Amino acid sequence: MSVPILAAQDLTKTYGRGPDRFDALKGVSLEIGRGDSVAIVGKSGSGKSTLMHILALLDTPGGGQVHVDGTDAKTLSGRRLNALRNTMFGFVFQQFFLNPGSSVLENVVLPLKIAGVGSRERRARGMAVLEQLELADKARNKAGNLSGGQKQRVVIARALINSPQVLFADEPTGNLDTATGRIVEDILFDLNSNHGITLITVTHDHDLAARFNRRLYIRDGLLINTDEEHAA
Amino acid sequence: MNPLEILKTAMANSFRSKLRTLLTILAIFVGAFTLTITNGLGTGISNYIDSQIAAVGSSNSFTVAKTDTSGNPASGPKKYDATTKVLAAGGRPGSTQLALGQADLDAIGAIPGITGVTPVTRLSPDFIQWNDHDKYQLSVSPLAGAQPQLAAGAPLDDSAAQPQLILPSSYVAPLGFADNSQAVGQDATIGITDATGIMHSITARITGIEQSALLGGGGAFINKSLSTALADAQGTGAPAASKSVWANVTASFAPSSAAQVNDMKGKLAAAGYTAQTLDDRIGTVKTVINGIIGVLDAFAVIALVAAGFGIVNTLLMSVQERTREIGLMKAMGMGSGSVFALFSTEAAFIGFLGSAIGSAAAIGLGTAVSGALARGPLSDLEGLHILAFAPGSVAGVILLVMAIAFIAGTLPAWRAARQNPIDALRYE
Ligand SMILES: Nc1ncnc2c1ncn2[C@@H]1O[C@H](COP(=O)(O)OP(=O)(O)O)[C@@H](O)[C@H]1O
Ligand SMILES: [Mg+2]
Repeated sequence: MSVPILAAQDLTKTYGRGPDRFDALKGVSLEIGRGDSVAIVGKSGSGKSTLMHILALLDTPGGGQVHVDGTDAKTLSGRRLNALRNTMFGFVFQQFFLNPGSSVLENVVLPLKIAGVGSRERRARGMAVLEQLELADKARNKAGNLSGGQKQRVVIARALINSPQVLFADEPTGNLDTATGRIVEDILFDLNSNHGITLITVTHDHDLAARFNRRLYIRDGLLINTDEEHAA
Repeated sequence: MNPLEILKTAMANSFRSKLRTLLTILAIFVGAFTLTITNGLGTGISNYIDSQIAAVGSSNSFTVAKTDTSGNPASGPKKYDATTKVLAAGGRPGSTQLALGQADLDAIGAIPGITGVTPVTRLSPDFIQWNDHDKYQLSVSPLAGAQPQLAAGAPLDDSAAQPQLILPSSYVAPLGFADNSQAVGQDATIGITDATGIMHSITARITGIEQSALLGGGGAFINKSLSTALADAQGTGAPAASKSVWANVTASFAPSSAAQVNDMKGKLAAAGYTAQTLDDRIGTVKTVINGIIGVLDAFAVIALVAAGFGIVNTLLMSVQERTREIGLMKAMGMGSGSVFALFSTEAAFIGFLGSAIGSAAAIGLGTAVSGALARGPLSDLEGLHILAFAPGSVAGVILLVMAIAFIAGTLPAWRAARQNPIDALRYE
């Protein structure tokens, strides 16, 4: 196998100190290959989001290392780190984090604006990705006026605008009804199988988890081999 | 993010909380308005004084007298010296002024930098008259190189053979002229008595009428030709010795820096002469006015510093409100430097809005008030515009306010910049 796009060794993360001290991750190691689709499954509070944030280089682990394409993340300069966050990774957060007062298009092209792309190109690429997610007719609407499913698609469009190699999605269907959730799932798997994007998704929905290539089960900050509860 | 995008985003952000931004802008407005007004006051008054000083004499000349070394009155009478000539002077009883002779003129002319030396002859004409109308007393300004502010006509021509004078506007009606423009170009007769009591008449052309002036003292200005004619007439029959003795001479020099002027002054002092420029003689007035303006400026700056705290407060609230947005942008790869620039640009933009509006209002209102004052209560001081706005100093005020706003914005901007993206996103 070639160099994994993401590899983690012995990740730990501790929140708070003294009596409030909480070990959210207690030594997690994993490898994710290019083009893979991986589900991170666990109960609420088990450390799924914490692990995703560390893998996406949004947060730093208390201990252990993250390697991106074979490079230790600790050795990256601030500029390089920002470039990775901007172009290599796309992140769909647990909440939408849309700017409700701005238009859908403006929300979607924010990563391009941060990257310093000119406004003409921003518009063209923004419209293209909205087209792909069947949202082109909503481009001028205020983001705050959309339905939940539409908002989730806008958020995915924003994560995709810079053609990332890895797409992280933190409970992307958690806030959606089953039918809408299904549509969003299909979009994600289409990106993985037809566009070669590595897909890493957090979920506690076992039916959804079953559609992925691999499943990583996490409990109390540790990876476990099988889905014990389910198996039991 | 490129700088243009940061500017655009910062401008858009500042309008997101309109009421809060408006209140901050109002606070800055007050400070900028006050500072522009006090600055305008300073500019207006110093412009006026400068023009008045120019009306009294040239700024490129010294008035030179012999330094009186008699010291304080308690030092007793001085020993007689046959080579020293004295003139009775108008000061305290018994005081004398040392006179300057041809040798002194040569000595002063030899000082490096001095381009010309002219003795100051005190001319005492008796009257001026136009066309058989009533005769009026006249005094003439003894200093060469004055540039009076003209209400009508043209400046004097020192190279002309024709005797010329400029009359103060107060003479126009008494001499029998209908208005200023009628007086210009007319020939007036000046009467002057010589040493033996005989009256001489000299005809001179009125080339211009001077605005009523603050420092001028109501005398007429004359050109070289008229000055020579009057001096010749006045000196007729006087002993030759008294014609070559003067109380003061005017030493002119090429336009020079303050250091060069001081250097020449030092050399003159070493040679035993006291030299004063016009600024020396009128400078104290300016110093007092500058002091008053400085105090007013200080008040305006205090108002601006208070407004600066308003900016800190406004932006801290914005940073708080936009915590998640900042976290999101950092998660999408925005650098801390860009976040800092975004918020400090917003601060500077708010400062710019407040100061531009404040300065514009001050200029509008100030110009109107100053115009009304110049027509009304201050109409006796012709040429005085109590408020004048120099583009440079207005731009300076705006830049100063923007700098204060920028500094006020650094604390909130720094807070925004150092946020960890995930903490910011988890913020409720
Ligand atoms: N900033 C924080 N401070 C303190 N505790 C935190 C913080 N973030 C997360 N935690 C705790 O860490 C644990 C794991 O959180 P998280 O990774 O969000 O879980 P999950 O996404 O699996 O529900 C939870 O118990 C949560 O309360
Ligand atoms: Mg979570």
